[in-house]
Amino acid sequence: MAALFGVFCGFILIIVLFTLRLFFVVRKGSGYRPGKKGSVSVLVVAGSGGHTTEILRLMGSLSESYCPRHYVIADTDKMSEDKIRTLEASKKQQDQGNFTIHRVPRSREVRQSWSSSVFTTMNALLYSVPLLFNLQPDVLLCNGPGTCVPLCLAGLLLGILGAKKILIVYVESICRVERLSLSGKILYHLSDYFFVQWPSLKDKYPKSIYLGRVV
Amino acid sequence: MKTVFVTVGTTSFDDLIASVISQDAVQALVARGYEELVLQVGRGSILPGPDSCPGLTLQAFRFKDSIAGDIQRADLVISHAGAGSCLEALGAGRPLLVVVNDRLMDNHQLELARKLHADSHLLYCTCRSVSTRAALNTRAYCICTDTESFHMGLQG
Repeated sequence: MAALFGVFCGFILIIVLFTLRLFFVVRKGSGYRPGKKGSVSVLVVAGSGGHTTEILRLMGSLSESYCPRHYVIADTDKMSEDKIRTLEASKKQQDQGNFTIHRVPRSREVRQSWSSSVFTTMNALLYSVPLLFNLQPDVLLCNGPGTCVPLCLAGLLLGILGAKKILIVYVESICRVERLSLSGKILYHLSDYFFVQWPSLKDKYPKSIYLGRVV
Repeated sequence: MKTVFVTVGTTSFDDLIASVISQDAVQALVARGYEELVLQVGRGSILPGPDSCPGLTLQAFRFKDSIAGDIQRADLVISHAGAGSCLEALGAGRPLLVVVNDRLMDNHQLELARKLHADSHLLYCTCRSVSTRAALNTRAYCICTDTESFHMGLQG
C-alpha cells in the first residue's frame, strides 16, 4: 500500500513539475530572440490544400535569414510538395536548395470525429517528437492544419525537457474571420506569438496580435 | 481576347463547372463580349473538350503549379471560396465572383467569402440558390473590384 502511495505521489510530483516547466517555457517566449546568432532555422507546417497555399504566401515574404527551412506535410498530401518546390525554385541563387521536406501522419482528416482524432493525434505525436529532436529548429511556424498541434506539442516538449527553446509562431488562417479554428483555440494558450488577420478576432482574443492581413 | 477564368482549387466542384458550361451561362458570357473560357477543374469528373461551348474558345485543365498567370490574363475570375484564389484574384485586381460549394458541410472558407463580400471586394452566390447566369447578369461582370481598399484597408 505504501509503495502504491509512493508511486502515486511521484506521479503527481512529475505532473506538477511538468506543468510548472510548461508555464516557464511558454512565459519565456517573448524575451527569446533566436536571430541574434545569425540565420534562423524554421520549421514550417504546411498541412494541405488551402493551408499550404496560405503559409507559402507567407514564406514568400520571409528574408533569406530564415534558413534552413524545414517543411512538414501530411503523408496523404500529394499537391503540397510541388507547391513548395515551385516556391523554393523561385528563390535567389545563393539561397536555393536550403530546405527539406518531411512527411508526418495526418492528425485529423477533414470531417473526422473528435474522439478518434485524439488517437490519430497521439500517433502523429509519436512521429513529431523524433522529427523535432532531429531538426532542432529555432522557430516553428504554422497556420492551423490539424498536423500542427502535435508538432507544437513536440516543440514544447523539447523546451520542457530543456533540450531547446523553440519559438512557436501561430498565424491563424485568413479564412477565420469570427471564430478561431480548433488548432487555434488550443495553440492560443501555448504559442509564443499568436497572429490573427481580422480585427474581430483580436477583440475576442486580446492576447493575439493583429497587424492586418499578412498573407 | 476577353477571358473568364474558373478555378475550383485542389478538390472538385462539378456543380460549378457544369453551371459555367451550361447553355444559359455560355450565352450570358457571349452576350457580355467574352470570347474565351479557361477552366481549372481539379479532381472533378467533368473535363470538357475544346468544342463543348459554342461561341467560346474553351480550355480546360486539372492542375497547374501556379494559376497566377491565368488570373493575370483573365478579365473575370470565378472561384470556389478558396482563400488562395480569392487573395490572388483580388491582389491582381481582377473582378471576382465566388461560388460557394453548398454541398460541403461546415465550409469555413465561407466566412472569408462573406466578409470580403460585406466589404464589397467580391460577389458571392451558390450553385443552387442563384444560377450562374443570374449571377453573371447582376453586377458580377462589371463590378469594379475594390482592390485598392483591399490592399490598404486590410493592412490595418
